[in-house]
This record gives sequence, structure tokens and C-alpha cells, in this order.
Amino acid sequence: MTTPKIEMRGVAKAFGPKEVLRGVDLRVAKGESCVVIGGSGTGKSVTLKCIIGLVSPDRGRIEVDGRTLDSRTRQAFLRQFGMLFQGGALFDSLTVWENVVFRFRHGADRLPRGKARDLAIDKLRRVGLEPGTADLFPAELSGGMQKRVGLARAIATDPAVIFFDEPTTGLDPIMADVINDLIREIVVEMGATAMTITHDMSSVRKIADRVAMLHQGVIQWSGPVTEIDRSENPYVHQFVNGLPKGPIAAIR
Amino acid sequence: MPIITRILDFLAAIGRAAIGLARATGSLAIFAATAVLNIVLPPYFPSEFGRQLIRMGYFSLPVVGLTALFTGGALALQIYSGGSRFNAESVVPSIVAIGVVRELGPVLCGLMVAGRVGASIAAELGSMRVTEQIDALVTLSTSPMKFLVAPRVLAGTLALPVLTGIADIIGVLGGYLVGTGRLGISPGNYIQNTVDFLTAGDIVSSLVKGAVFGFIISVVGCYQGYRSGRGAQGVAQATRNAVVTASILILAANYLLTEVFFSA
Repeated sequence: MTTPKIEMRGVAKAFGPKEVLRGVDLRVAKGESCVVIGGSGTGKSVTLKCIIGLVSPDRGRIEVDGRTLDSRTRQAFLRQFGMLFQGGALFDSLTVWENVVFRFRHGADRLPRGKARDLAIDKLRRVGLEPGTADLFPAELSGGMQKRVGLARAIATDPAVIFFDEPTTGLDPIMADVINDLIREIVVEMGATAMTITHDMSSVRKIADRVAMLHQGVIQWSGPVTEIDRSENPYVHQFVNGLPKGPIAAIR
Repeated sequence: MPIITRILDFLAAIGRAAIGLARATGSLAIFAATAVLNIVLPPYFPSEFGRQLIRMGYFSLPVVGLTALFTGGALALQIYSGGSRFNAESVVPSIVAIGVVRELGPVLCGLMVAGRVGASIAAELGSMRVTEQIDALVTLSTSPMKFLVAPRVLAGTLALPVLTGIADIIGVLGGYLVGTGRLGISPGNYIQNTVDFLTAGDIVSSLVKGAVFGFIISVVGCYQGYRSGRGAQGVAQATRNAVVTASILILAANYLLTEVFFSA
């Protein structure tokens, strides 16, 4: 059996008395696009944050390429990593191009200003933005454009692993579809391992190779995206079809 | 409810508050120590430091200058009015100089900058926390303590002594303008009295106070913003806490430093 790119084993996390994750087991193969679905407040973001190191799990193990993530190995992991945040998380005080090539302006792989700007414009073109946007500030962009800039920043270093946190939240259906297409294209083109969290089923169908359903702090079901509509798992069935009745309580 | 239970509840509430205060103090002290460590150890972000230095120092000049000017003038009037009861009008220049340089210059400069810069640091970092910009820095292999906190704390610690020095000069100038323009003191006498009375120790103590206040303002602003709660309310609370905490700490530190410099 090949070593997965990312593996979570029995990861648990509680905030005070609230147990958000109760033992998440998840494997994401190299080059695979895994989408974690689940209702709001089920711990999808916490799952991603545990892998990145923004949240420390109470127990369980997280491995990347078969190596347990600790403070040292996590730094190496983050160097081959990109992430698109839900709200873009662009730095307000920097221009669009400075945001896109942040790593190349401030990190160990620093590039001269001109080269970095050219690289940023290339990445902006890749996500469908005109070079003219490079000198704008994030506050001057629409929500969809901010997502694209966030995506350009996520792929700026051609990372091996990309995370997408609710990539289509707050976008109109047409722009959401454009972003979904872009994500799929980029992930396939770069051969990156992708992990997305969303509750948008159109994103799931566009982006995913594999889907994992998180509910009550554990993965309730996981399988290929092609099987999601045929799944007899009651959680998946209720979620995918948006049914008010089922094991997922409408009010949590 | 039995009286003993009420007493125990009351004691428990005091205990909880004391533990909370001790925890907050410890947490702020650890944050400050981490900030200092991050200032000393590489990597450094000189462009970010420069940006903060201009923002905290240069753009605070108008508010600090105007505050010092009017305070120096008002002080001259007060000393003249109080001193005239004892025929001691001639002490106006020397007391204005001592009052401004030893106390009012650094303290007013600190309080004005706490309101202007401390609040702005807390609001900026708080909104960066809320909009996940601080998390984004981590995913970009950049330590938020190094990129956000260290340049601000260093800039605050270096900018405040300069601002305090300028406030001292403008404060004395305010006293001079009122003393020579309104109170009839001759310009030559005013300057001579001021220069004769001030010592190098007065000026050093003023600048040291400025540096300490700058450190306090920037550390407290960063601490509150960095640990801001979610939502607009969290940012508002962080901003308010930054100004209130920094102001109290400035006044407390001012007393301690005055003890150190002038108790003998």
C-alpha cells in the first residue's frame, strides 16, 4: 500500500467542554483532491487547522509523506504548501502583487522586486486577472477577485499540497463555478494534493476525487465522488440531498 | 442561602479575579519576552520596521507637539498665578522646564501615543486576526511574531524617546511663548533660567521614560490585537483594553521610574 500524502489518525480536539473532533481518521493520497463536507460547526476548519499547526490536537497523529508532523517537520511541510482562505485573507497593507509573491519578498527564497512582480503577474493571469490589478490594494477588489488573488497566492510557489477553505462561500453561482473550474484545472495541472472543506455540493462535484463526510467529530463516510449520490450512509444521504429529516439535527 | 455559602461565593469571586489578573499579567510578560527575543533573533524585516517607525513616530508629531505646546503654556500661567502669592513669579521658567521635561513631556506624549498608536495597533492586528490574515502568515512560513509584533515593538521603543524629546522642547517653548508674551518675562532671562536649571539627568530620565512608555504601548497594543476575540466586538474590546491597559501601565511605570531617578 502506497504511503498517503496526508494521514490523520484518531485526531481529537476539544475547546473547553466542547469536543469538536473526536477521532478523525483520514487518508489523502498523493495527487488526490479530497473534499471534506459537513454542516457548519462540525469541525471542518479545525481539521485543516490541526494539519497546518494553527490548532494543536489533544490526541492523535498527523503524518505527511509518512512522517509525523511536529514543529520541525511542519516548517518543511509549510514550505511546499499553499492555502486559499475563506475570505481571501489578503494583507490589506500590501498591493495585490505583493500579496501574491509574499513568500518571494519576505521568505528565504527572496527574489528581486522586478522578478517577483513579473512572477505575480504571471500567476494573476493564470487565475484570470489582468496585469492592471497587480498594483491595486485588496480593498479595491470585488469578493470574486479577492478569491482569485488568494488562489494566485496559494499557487505562487507551485506547492505540492494546497488547502481550500470554503472556496465559494459568499460568491454568486456563476463566480463560484468559475472558481471551482479554476481550482480543478490548477490542481490537475500542478499534480498537487488538494484538500478542500466546503458544504457547497456543486464544489464537491467539480473539485473532488474523493469525499469525506465529517459529522459529530468523526469521518462518517469516505469514498469516491462518483459514489456519493449512491451512498446509503444516512448522514451523506441527508446532507447531499439537503433533507431536513435524518440523523443530522437541523439545529445544532 | 446560608451566610457561610455567601461568604464562600464572595471569596471565590475574589479568588477568580486574582487568578485571572495573575494569568493575564503572566501572559503579557511572556508575550513581551517573546517579542524581545524576536527583535534580537533573525530573520529581520527592515522595511516593515521602517514603515512602523514612520507611522508611529512621524505621524504622531502633530498630536504630540500640539499637546506639549498648550500644556507648557498652561503650566506657565498656573505657576505664575500660584507663584505670585509668594512673590515667586521668577521661578516660572525653571518650574516649567522641570515639570515638562521630568514629568509632563514623557507622560503626556506616552498617553497621547497610547490613544493614537496603541489603539491603532490593536485594531489593525485584531482585524487581521478576525480576517485570518495572521493565520495566512503562518501558512506562508512567516512568523507573525517576527513580521507583525517585533517591528512594531522596536519602532515604538525607538520612536517614543525622540517624540518625548520633541515634546519637551515644544512644551518649554509653550511656556516661553506665554512667559514672554503674556507674563512679561524677558526672553533672555527665560532662556537663561531654563538652561541653568535643567540638568543632563533630567533629559536622560525623560528619554528613558519615553523608551519605556513606547515599549509598553507597542507591546500592549500588539498583545491585545494578537489575542483579539472574533468579530467586531472582539476587535473593539481589544482596542479599548489596549488604550486602558497601556495608560495605566504608563502612569505606574512613570511613578516607578521617578522613584528610581529622583528619590535620592
